[in-house]
Amino acid sequence: MAKKGSSPLIFERSIEDRYAYSLPKLDIEKQDLSNLLDDKFIRKEKAELPEISELDLIRHYTELSNKNWGIDTGFYPLGSCTMKYNPKINEQVARLTGFATSHPLQNEKAIQGSLEITYRLQESLKEITGMDEISLQSAAGAQGEWTALIMIKAFHEANGDHQRTEVIVPDSAHGTNPASATVAGFKAVTVKSNEDGTVDIEDLKRVVSDKTAAIMLTNPNTLGLFEKDILEIRDIVHGAGGKLYYDGANLNAIMAKVRPGDMGFDAVHLNLHKTFTGPHGGGGPGSGPIGVKADLAEFLPKPHVKKEGDTFKLDNDIPNSVGRVKPYFGNFAIYLRAYTYIKTMGPEGLKKVSEDAVLNANYIMRRLEGAYHLPFNQHCKHEFVLSGVNQKKEGARTLDVAKRLLDYGYHPPTIYFPLNVEEGLMIEPTETESKETLDGFVDALLNIDKEIKEDLDLVLEAPHNTVIGRLDETQAARHPVLRFEREDIVDEKK
Amino acid sequence: MSHRYLPVTEKDKQEMLDVIGIKDVNELFSDIPEEVRFKGDLNIEPAKDEYSLMRELTRISNKNITSATHSSFLGAGVYDHYIPSVVDSIISRSEFYTAYTPYQPEVSQGELQAIFEFQTLISELTGLPIANSSMYDGPTAFAEGATMAAGATRKKKVVVSGAVHPQTLEVIKTYTHAQNIEVVVADLDGTTTDLKHLEELADEDTAAVMVQYPNFFGSIEDLEAIEKIAHKHKGLFIVNSNPLAISLLTPPGEFGADIVTGDTQVFGIPAQFGGPHCGYFAATKKLMRRMPGRLVGQTQDDDGNRGFVLTLQAREQHIRREKATSNICSNQALNALASSIAMSALGKYGVVEMAENNIQNAHYAKEAFKSAGFEVLGDMNFNEFVVKLNKDVTEINDELYEDGFIGGYDLGLDFDEFKNHMLIAVTELRSKDEIDAFVERLGAYNG
Repeated sequence: MAKKGSSPLIFERSIEDRYAYSLPKLDIEKQDLSNLLDDKFIRKEKAELPEISELDLIRHYTELSNKNWGIDTGFYPLGSCTMKYNPKINEQVARLTGFATSHPLQNEKAIQGSLEITYRLQESLKEITGMDEISLQSAAGAQGEWTALIMIKAFHEANGDHQRTEVIVPDSAHGTNPASATVAGFKAVTVKSNEDGTVDIEDLKRVVSDKTAAIMLTNPNTLGLFEKDILEIRDIVHGAGGKLYYDGANLNAIMAKVRPGDMGFDAVHLNLHKTFTGPHGGGGPGSGPIGVKADLAEFLPKPHVKKEGDTFKLDNDIPNSVGRVKPYFGNFAIYLRAYTYIKTMGPEGLKKVSEDAVLNANYIMRRLEGAYHLPFNQHCKHEFVLSGVNQKKEGARTLDVAKRLLDYGYHPPTIYFPLNVEEGLMIEPTETESKETLDGFVDALLNIDKEIKEDLDLVLEAPHNTVIGRLDETQAARHPVLRFEREDIVDEKK
Repeated sequence: MSHRYLPVTEKDKQEMLDVIGIKDVNELFSDIPEEVRFKGDLNIEPAKDEYSLMRELTRISNKNITSATHSSFLGAGVYDHYIPSVVDSIISRSEFYTAYTPYQPEVSQGELQAIFEFQTLISELTGLPIANSSMYDGPTAFAEGATMAAGATRKKKVVVSGAVHPQTLEVIKTYTHAQNIEVVVADLDGTTTDLKHLEELADEDTAAVMVQYPNFFGSIEDLEAIEKIAHKHKGLFIVNSNPLAISLLTPPGEFGADIVTGDTQVFGIPAQFGGPHCGYFAATKKLMRRMPGRLVGQTQDDDGNRGFVLTLQAREQHIRREKATSNICSNQALNALASSIAMSALGKYGVVEMAENNIQNAHYAKEAFKSAGFEVLGDMNFNEFVVKLNKDVTEINDELYEDGFIGGYDLGLDFDEFKNHMLIAVTELRSKDEIDAFVERLGAYNG
C-alpha cells in the first residue's frame, strides 16, 4: 500500500560508499589512463549518480511503482489510447534469450529467427489492414504518420506534382496529425466536422484542390463515430489527385469488420502498442508500422524483409526509398509482442475483439447518457465522447469529475479532447473489461453527478484518497524545475 | 465461446444489447458501407494455445546466433553490456509497464518521479542543465537536434561529420530532407573527422555542426577544436554521445555543446535486434522551449508536498498542433526507466569503473592485434577500434560463427575506403581468454 506524501528522490537516498552492482573483474593488466587518453578528454568531476545498496534501490522503485496506475492496477478507460489487458505470454516471448540478445548488424544467416518473425508479422498485418506492403521500421504512431506522409510526398514529386503541398486534417483529429504534416514539410489544412460529428462533405469539397497531397483520417474518428461517407470522401480526394491516409489509432473498433485498404485508403499506420497489446510502458516504447498500396511501395523505407525459399532476406534494393527513418529494423521487441498476440487470438478472436470493444462502449454510453450530455446520439464504435456541460452548470468542470473519479479507484477518461466538444470526456473501455467493471465505473460517474448537486466541494477538492493532492501545474510551467539540484538537500535541512 | 482475454459472456451480451436497445451486435456496425465490409475470416493462422505458441516461438528464437551463445565483438551502435539483475525485476512490475503517459499526475507519481530522476541522470552525464524524458533512440534524437537547430537559428544547412554512424547519417538525411534542410558531410581524416574540411563547410548558413563522440570508428573526436568551428558563425554545436563513455570522458557540455543526444541502450537495455532502445536529448536552458519530446517538472500539491507533472506542454503536438516543435507524442518511458535503474545500480563509481573496463579491455585487444601483426587504425579510442584484414569481413564472420564468435562490423559495407576493415568492440564483458582466442582465430582466417 502506497504511503501518502512525497517519496525521496534516489539522489536523496544516496549514501557515500554504497553500491548495487557486480561487474566482471578486469583480468588483464591495467594501464594508466593517462597513457590511453589525452588529459583534456579525461573527465575531472564524476557525474553525481546515486550511491545506493541493492535492497534500498529495489525499495525505492517498488515504492514508486506503488504510486503508479497501470492496466493491471485497475480500469483505464483512456479514450483513443486503447488501454487493453497486456497478456503475460507476450512478456515471456520478448524476453526469450534468442530474441533479446540478437544484434541487428549481424550477417543474415545469424539473424534468421528475428527476420522470420519480422516477415510473418508483415504478412499478418497486410491481411488485417488490406494493404499491399508493410514496413515495420517506424518507432511509434507519430513516426509512422510522418513516414507515410514523406512517402506520399515522394510519390507526388515523382509524378511532377510539386504543387501538392497541403494535407487535409479534420478538426477532431489527433494533434499528431497536423504536427506530422508540418514536420513532413506540408501545410495542414483543416476540414470541419458536421453536426453528426463526421467530416463535413461540403467543407471537404471547398478545401480540396490540386494542392492536396493527402487527407489524414482516423475511422472511426476520435468521437468514436464511423465516417460512413468514407466512399464519397475517397472519391472526392482521389478525384482531386490526393491520397487517403489512415491513422490506425482506432483500428481496435473494426478489425475483421472492415479493412482500411478496402475502404480506399492508400497508406496506414498502426499503433501496435494499442491494438495489438504492446504494453504502453508509461508512454512508450511503441511501434508504428506503416502499410501502403502497391503504387506507394517503391518509396518504402529501407530495408524491407523478404522471403526467398526458406531463407529470410534484407532487401535494400528500393530505388525510390524515402530512406531510413530509424536505424536497424524498428522496435522489434514491441512487434514481437504484437505478433504473439495475433497468434493468440486468431481470425475469430480478432473479430470478437472488435465486437466486444464496440459492445462495451455502447453499453456504457447508453447507461451514462442523460446524467451526462451525449453530443452525438448514435451508435458509437469502440469509444465515445460525453460532455460535462450539465455538470459545469452546477459548478464542477470535467477536470473536477476526473479528479473525483480517482477517489473511486478508476483512472479517468481522456478529458478536453477532441477539441470540438465542450468539457469533453472521451471514454474507451476496450474488450478486455467485464460487465461488472463497466457497471462499477458507470455507478461511480452517476454518483459523482449526484455529489455535484449535493456536496459540490467534495468534488471540487478531489482527489482525497490519492498519495498526493491536486498538483500546481501552472507553477511547474512558470518556474520550470526539470532536474534535481544537490543544493536542494541542503535547503531542506536548513 | 469466449476467449481467455475476453470476459463478455453470451448472457452479458444479451443484457448489454437490451440496454442499448438492439438485437444483434452487428447492428452496431451497420454504418459501414455494405460494399466494403469484410466478410468471412481473416486469412491468418488459427489461434494457438499458450504452450504450443511458446514452443514455436522459442524454436524460432533459437535460429538466431546471439551474444548469449557466442562471444561477441560486434558493437557499431548496439553493445553487449552488463545488465544488473534488478533492472528486469523492476521493469517487470506491471504498475510500470502497463501504465500509459502520466496524464493524471495524482496516480502517476511513480512514473513521473522516475522520469524526473532520468532527466537528472542525463543532465549529470552530459554536463548540460536540462534533459527531456527520452526520445525514440539516439539516431532520431540526433536528427531532431538538426531540425531543432534549423528552427532556432533560422538557417537551412547542417554540417555533419563523416564519422557518424552511417545509419544515423541516413536518418538525419531523411528528417532534414522533409524540411528542406541541406546536409553536407565532412570528410574523414583516418578514423576521425577532417577538421580542415569541417571548417571549410561550416559557414554563415550553418545551423549546426554535428559530430559523434566517440565516433562510429570508436575514435575520440577533438570536441575542443570542433566547438570553435561550430560557434564561429553562430551555429549550434550538437554532439551524439555514448552515455557510458562520457561518464569517463570529458562530457560534451563542458566543451560547450548546445545539444547532446545519444542512446542509453548501454545502460540496462538488451540489444533486442535493434529496438526498442532509448534516446536522450539534453540542451542548454536557452533551448528549453524548443526541445522535442516530453518534460517532467517539479511542483507541489495543496498541502505543499513535492510532486511531479508533465510540463511545458504548450510546445507539444496536442496543444500546438501544426505549430508544435516536433510531432513526438510518446517517449521510451519504460526503457528510460530501465536505464535509470542500471545507472543508479552502478552509481557514481560503478559507471566509471564499467567505462574504464571497456577502455582497458579494448586497449588490451588493440595491442594483442598489433602483436599478432595486424594493422590497427586510430589512436585514442573508447571501446571500439578498426582492424585491417586481408579478406572480406563478412566471409570471415561467417567462419567465426563456427568457432563461437560474433566478429566485428564489416566497414566495407558502408565505406569503400574501408573494404576488408573490421570495427571491433570490446566491452567490459569480454575476458582476457575470449580476447586472446578471438585474436588467434582471426589471425588464422586472415591467412
